[in-house]
Amino acid sequence: MKKQSAPLPLRPAGGSLVVRDLTVRYGSLQVLQGIQAEIAPGRITGILGPNGAGKSTFLKGLLGLVPLERGEVRYGGQALRGEQVAYVPQRSAIDWTFPATVWDVVLMGQVKPTGWFRRIGKEGRRRAAQALERVGMGSYRDRPIGRLSGGQQQRVFLARALAQEAEIYALDEPFAGIDQPSEAILFQVMRELADAGHIVMVVHHDLGQALARFDEVLLLNRVLIAQGSPQQVLQPQVLRQAYGQAISLSLAA
Amino acid sequence: MERLWHGLVDPLSFAFMQRALLVAVAVGILCAVVGSYLLVQSLALLGDAISHSLLPGLAIAYMLGLNLFVGAFVAGLLSALLIQWIRSASPLKPDAAMGIVFSAFFALGILLITWIQRRARIDLNHFLFGNILGVNAVDVLTVVGITLLVLGLVALFFKELTFCSFDPLGAKAAGLPTERLGWGLMVLTSLTLVASMKAVGVLLVLAMLITPAATAYLLVPQLHQVMLLGSLFGVSASLLGMYASYYLNVASGPAIVLVASAWFGLAFLGRSLLGKR
Ligand SMILES: Nc1ncnc2c1ncn2[C@@H]1O[C@H](COP(=O)(O)OP(=O)(O)OP(=O)(O)O)[C@@H](O)[C@H]1O
Ligand SMILES: [Mg+2]
Repeated sequence: MKKQSAPLPLRPAGGSLVVRDLTVRYGSLQVLQGIQAEIAPGRITGILGPNGAGKSTFLKGLLGLVPLERGEVRYGGQALRGEQVAYVPQRSAIDWTFPATVWDVVLMGQVKPTGWFRRIGKEGRRRAAQALERVGMGSYRDRPIGRLSGGQQQRVFLARALAQEAEIYALDEPFAGIDQPSEAILFQVMRELADAGHIVMVVHHDLGQALARFDEVLLLNRVLIAQGSPQQVLQPQVLRQAYGQAISLSLAA
Repeated sequence: MERLWHGLVDPLSFAFMQRALLVAVAVGILCAVVGSYLLVQSLALLGDAISHSLLPGLAIAYMLGLNLFVGAFVAGLLSALLIQWIRSASPLKPDAAMGIVFSAFFALGILLITWIQRRARIDLNHFLFGNILGVNAVDVLTVVGITLLVLGLVALFFKELTFCSFDPLGAKAAGLPTERLGWGLMVLTSLTLVASMKAVGVLLVLAMLITPAATAYLLVPQLHQVMLLGSLFGVSASLLGMYASYYLNVASGPAIVLVASAWFGLAFLGRSLLGKR
């Protein structure tokens, strides 16, 4: 008898993601200016900032999804390639009425690894099924994606990212409005990915308790305001620079 | 029963009905499959814009003695390029860009065709509303050829096209050439519209792209199922429309579209009665 369900074979990331002078403009609106940062593998990096600060744009600029006005992004000294990246967009970017089931969506993670002119094979399906099990959604395979809760939808997208066999994982606000069990699973999987040596970047929307679970935080508002551990970055005087008014929070860590 | 059978089969002894039958089946499948992509990407209006833009291509090809299908195809692609250019190089919203381009193309087409009509006898109505009973052997070959080509390409690129339609950013991040795939879909759309124009006419062909796919979308949960069931609705509509055109001597386009709309109405009411939303 064969052994069942080996752990997902993960590819460790090949070095840091180095961002130099990242500058993005939408028409006349300058959204990001001169961002310098280094995002290391092996940790969960949170990207924080007020609404409209340019957090989503930062991820998109990093991954080459929007044109850069200036600057460059290097990964292990080279330009990023698509097959290294798994991206989970912000909820609002997805049409949840699209005619697709949970299984259809997870299989999309195998589209690029499978390559042109080929059907997704047995091995690809096995990986997708494993990824779906990993996020606890195995029994929802045939459910239309529009008929899931927000937390379940995020878990399915994380499964799709896992199925992609990427080195870099970038998630845009996966925790927005989701249930507690889903949040716990998301963090668990992200922790595993980081421990396996991947780059894990997560845009996060609020300054609550969950923050303590990031290893590193980038605080953005048009420019990079601070980078460091949650305790270092979430000082009142630092936050004031990003959010404008006095914001205090207690980090019970 | 036997009379119905005869009513359906007897006309098929005419060669022109056999040609119409082939075109009806091809167009029904083709429109539903390509239309499913337009439907899920909210690109219905773009389909409409391209279809109206075929007209000047037809007219110019006629004047130059070129193949009408090729002329229409080039005009359709040109309009898509122009719309994209206006969108990217100005702050105009997509619907405004489409409205401007397709009405300009359409106006030019009407102008050219009425001008041609002064010297030659061509029936504008056939282009506008379709005349499925009037297709010749070359038309049939072209339509069937385009259908096989487009269906083959959709089958070949199904997983990539679907990923891009559902989540263009995720697909781009994963390394798919989303822009090129988007243009590929525009080419497939133009080919589909060109293949359908003789059967349904440029004014109504949008209905064949959207209505059968939308009907199926109300009933089944996966994209490939929408395409398959949509093809069934599309083929049955174009066949019934073809017979209506034969027996009632009406333009085939409106007849086909009304049947497709009836299927949609039934599906919509059935769903509403079952209390689904
Ligand atoms: N495609 C676009 N075209 C023009 N302006 C845009 C575009 N996308 C974003 N913006 C603007 O750029 C700014 C930054 O947007 P971005 O989505 O990156 O912010 P964010 O920090 O992710 O905000 P949120 O918390 O709302 O998700 C905002 O002012 C937004 O209105
Ligand atoms: Mg955002």
